Amino acid sequence: MTDEIQSLSAVAAVAAIADGGLSREEIFAHYRSRAEADELNAFTWVAEQEPARIEGPLGGVPVAVKDLFCTEGIPSQAGSKILAGYRPPYTATAVSNLEAAGAPLLGKTNQDEFAMGSSNENSAYGPVLNPWDKTRVPGGSSGGSAAAVAGGLAPWALGTDTGGSIRQPASLCGVVGLKPTYGAVSRYGMIAFASSLDSAGPLTRDVSDAALFYRHLVGKDSADATSVAFPESIELPTAERLDGITLAVPTALVDGDGVEPGVRASFEASLETARQLGATITSCELPSAAHALSAYYVIAPAEASSNLSRFDGVRYGLRHEESNLDAMYTETRHDGFGDEVKRRILIGTYALSSGYYDAYYGRAQRVRTVVARELAAVFAGADFIVTPTSPTVAFELGARTADPLSMYLSDLFTIPMSLAGTPAISIPSGLSEGLPVGLQICGPAFSENRILSAAYALEQAIGFDGSAAWGVER
Amino acid sequence: MIDRDELLHVARLARLALHEDELDTTAAELSTILGHVAAINELDLDGVEPTAHIGDVSDSLRDDAVATSLPVEVALAPAPAVRDDGFLVPSPQGE
Repeated sequence: MTDEIQSLSAVAAVAAIADGGLSREEIFAHYRSRAEADELNAFTWVAEQEPARIEGPLGGVPVAVKDLFCTEGIPSQAGSKILAGYRPPYTATAVSNLEAAGAPLLGKTNQDEFAMGSSNENSAYGPVLNPWDKTRVPGGSSGGSAAAVAGGLAPWALGTDTGGSIRQPASLCGVVGLKPTYGAVSRYGMIAFASSLDSAGPLTRDVSDAALFYRHLVGKDSADATSVAFPESIELPTAERLDGITLAVPTALVDGDGVEPGVRASFEASLETARQLGATITSCELPSAAHALSAYYVIAPAEASSNLSRFDGVRYGLRHEESNLDAMYTETRHDGFGDEVKRRILIGTYALSSGYYDAYYGRAQRVRTVVARELAAVFAGADFIVTPTSPTVAFELGARTADPLSMYLSDLFTIPMSLAGTPAISIPSGLSEGLPVGLQICGPAFSENRILSAAYALEQAIGFDGSAAWGVER
Repeated sequence: MIDRDELLHVARLARLALHEDELDTTAAELSTILGHVAAINELDLDGVEPTAHIGDVSDSLRDDAVATSLPVEVALAPAPAVRDDGFLVPSPQGE
């Protein structure tokens, strides 16, 4: 029975529960014991028992939630020492939406501190290991969520994406990750990193699971003034062909030096598959993509430096005892924040400070306008932009920690969509040297149904098998 | 690009203590990152308006309806120190 449960996708598990072939107690107990025996350090907290039952269309299939979502009475530490032991008095809307739809909380997942990182090595609670190779990173910042799904410790998981933090770990772990249109999912109760970029979305075993999860995640929330009502219902994808669909490849970007040969080969094979399914492949220009990366690493730290000012030892979390208020603030923040978070607070503060504001933050915001225009220009003539999700497969633990800038380059393909607020999905496109490669499919705002549909057709044709990582022999 | 004095000024603005043995490494790392992001200065951005936020968020006021707030004791529960109905902090002047 254990292997049978393990081999079910979340959509299949929902159906099995509805049919009576599987009980919600069985699936919860199964994944609870898997999560409890976690050898990947993917979880920071696992539920002792199933929470009070809520009947809903998700049938009781449990969900793992990135630690930066506030969950009432349950540790919510955002990967940071400064929030060690913090138990919030309320629950994030994204989590309560899933609970209301019948997906109980299985556990909280490890992450880069305050979602700042691309390897999950910036967590105060230790790095997460990639289930495909435990000497390698799972990607980040939603590394715990991606590893939990890929390693078969959770049926599906909630993550967040600010510059690629759902898509990149999905790519490195061989799972599906959807970054929504900005505003489609409420940010209420998400511990904020960069408010104009932060988006919550699913990490799942396949595209259909992502669609079902996302259907119950979206919605306008009176507690988040930037949230918007999704203009249509999210459908489970059924497309088998891509006839009439145009995929645009930003050729200059994808042909750049940093893209590993194995990643490029998998990407080109995906394009060939798309052609066979009837798609037209064209080339496009995103001339500002490299500058998008620079603009992102001004805008996101600038917003973070403001958002993280709330961690000062007064209302929650760590306090460094000092007799003087100012010393209490500064030493609490010194002790509580990790190195990457400090770097970004300092970069952001610098970029917003008198004398530098126009040269850094002001210009970065104008680059953001240019990037959004370039994407819109491509979408005027093509349905989707496709790229590899990450230029590389999962790298070895420690390989990039000494050079923060090299870590930032992991995000080259994911950042333009973050700046433009447009949706994008990463699906596994194959293996390179035994490690997963991700394909990114991006569309205009609110095109999630079309993205999911195209991703599903490609997924069926590619036939990626992740079962080696989630622990069932086929 | 950013020296120790400038770093200490920025750290002061950020209310972030940096200890003596952290200054040189931090200044070097920040200089590398700032050197990279300075590439945005190469672009011709004349006439381009800044984007602070994607999407239309005008008129997004909620109804002015009375609702329950967190009880004071619940809001205070996670605090490191409280007295009566408030958060307790050290004196700005020190002891």
